[in-house]
Amino acid sequence: MPDGSILSDEFIRELINVGEVDILVGVPTHNDARTVGQVVQGVRAGLLKYFPRARSVIINADGSSRDGTRDLVRAASINDTFGSNLPALRTLHSISTQYEGPPAAGAALHTILAAADLLQAKACAVVSPESTSLEPEWIERLLRPVIREGMDLVLPVYRRHKFDGLLIRNLVYPLTRALYACSVREPYPSDYAFSSNLGTNFLNQDLWTQEQGRHGTELWLTLVAIAGRYKLSQSFLGTRGRLEAPPSDLVKAMRETAGLLFCSLDCYSGAWKGGHEPLPVPCSGCQPAVSLEPMRVNRKRLHQMFTFGISQLEPVFSSILSGPTHEELKRLASLPETEFALPGPLWARTVYEFAAAYHRAVIGRDHVVQALVPLFRGRALTFLQQNREASETEVENNLEELCQAFEAEKPSLLQLWDGEK
Amino acid sequence: MWNNFIHELTRAAEEIVQGFARFLPRVLEMLVIVLVGLVIAILLRGIARSILKLARFDKLSEHTGATQLLRGAALPSLTELVSRFVFWIAWLGFILVGISVLGVAGFDEHVATFFEFLPRLVVSLFILFFGLLAASFFSRAVLLGAVNANLPSPRIISWAVRTMIILFVLSMAFEELSISSRTVVVAFGMTFGALMFGLALAFGLGGKDLARRYLEKKFGSDSGAETREHEDELSAL
Repeated sequence: MPDGSILSDEFIRELINVGEVDILVGVPTHNDARTVGQVVQGVRAGLLKYFPRARSVIINADGSSRDGTRDLVRAASINDTFGSNLPALRTLHSISTQYEGPPAAGAALHTILAAADLLQAKACAVVSPESTSLEPEWIERLLRPVIREGMDLVLPVYRRHKFDGLLIRNLVYPLTRALYACSVREPYPSDYAFSSNLGTNFLNQDLWTQEQGRHGTELWLTLVAIAGRYKLSQSFLGTRGRLEAPPSDLVKAMRETAGLLFCSLDCYSGAWKGGHEPLPVPCSGCQPAVSLEPMRVNRKRLHQMFTFGISQLEPVFSSILSGPTHEELKRLASLPETEFALPGPLWARTVYEFAAAYHRAVIGRDHVVQALVPLFRGRALTFLQQNREASETEVENNLEELCQAFEAEKPSLLQLWDGEK
Repeated sequence: MWNNFIHELTRAAEEIVQGFARFLPRVLEMLVIVLVGLVIAILLRGIARSILKLARFDKLSEHTGATQLLRGAALPSLTELVSRFVFWIAWLGFILVGISVLGVAGFDEHVATFFEFLPRLVVSLFILFFGLLAASFFSRAVLLGAVNANLPSPRIISWAVRTMIILFVLSMAFEELSISSRTVVVAFGMTFGALMFGLALAFGLGGKDLARRYLEKKFGSDSGAETREHEDELSAL
């Protein structure tokens, strides 16, 4: 059993008692007492309703919660509100374990993968404890393509507010799509499913002691699947509720997304430089995925932080960016908020120059990623202004334009990468 | 009289010739040592260059930001610099050994002093080099952190960090070389103390609102409009 050593003896004993399973659903937690009960009940109901004949287990990998999260998971497994009328053909096991070390999504996933490997689970799903809008159908939509259609990785598509997930929409999605010729809406998923084949491959990767094995591991899993030309699909899950405690550290988020994507360019240069055929990623049940309710965002602050960053980080930018790009950004910083716009092609060029600077390590790599934060604020402001009054179709069109700008600018990255510029 | 003069002149000339004859082999010996030293120094430079290239020292230098620093100062790469340093130290050592062969009175002591001084020189150069790298790295980290946290005057904070580290490094390097060590340490202590006092005053007087907001946010006594706006923005991002 690879990496069995990360599992505690007690946990292994519990897993042995369960025996082989067909489906494993992992729930990584850390102080999620407010939401985890509801999520586990939803998972349980989904398994009983849609996979009543499958041997299933729910594994909670907890990162030393101090709010009774683990007790709630155990209780939720017994007091099932969703599925009180559902017949159980097989015993649905629920196990909670505490992984060693500080809380990290990667450590939780590592534990879940090792458990899935030990139990020889044919399909594995991971759901976020913050997915309070999870319905039993989510489990079916995630696992069915793996079990019935032989998919290796099923990624979610959510209905989001048009201003939610700006980092995904303005950086992660267009960059992944342009580089790897693979159009996945949520490359950094919080609810997803994968096959035993991909799970075992990922478990055996030499990443668990590295940064991508601690944070941003879900994004890395997607990149491994894309680079390895696995079979990917997407499933529309419905509305994803807004997080009660949204991530408050944009620098950390940038490290987990842009940092990892830049890092992947070194690891998988053959996958993005080779000019592969686009990897098809069918989407099951996809609908217009944008909601338009009014939402208050402080655009003035974004503009102020962009201009402040441009003025203060001039020596850093001059070692990362080319002269024309830097000059253009400085010109934009001198514009008033009402006239400000960081257009897609310039943003794409900027991101590619950052990626090349990361590759060449012109300064510390973490510093390259941190320096992108104020510029991203400028792009986020442009996106907000551009889509302020936009309809669903217009938002989609604007996003498509941005993706095309990233694709059009890709040759400049190749030139920078090979040192031709 | 004339014979005496001729005799003395001949004797002096013989002594000069004999002295020269005694000295010439030493000169030749010195030249051989210097030339052999040159060859060995060139070899050492080549070996150092190869080892550093194999160890991807330039990559390390790029990671730490040293390459950027050297490029800014119009200096060659770090591998080249270290290789040249090895060459000059080796050749200088051979030159001094060669000169000592000439038997110049009191020169041996200077040679011995040089060889005693050499390890300390190398150590202090290392301290200086890595200290300057650390100053560059940490000042940039502080600059980026301050900009992303929207703190006022990030460049001044960054400059203060760089200055403090450079002062500290200089004091360590001079201490290693035993050059005016007391003066440098006292100067560092005074500057560091003054800077800390200044920062404490500046934070106390200028940052009281910031501290109040931070404490309010931390302990949740009052959430103002600005805080709410900030949360809105982060939520969207």
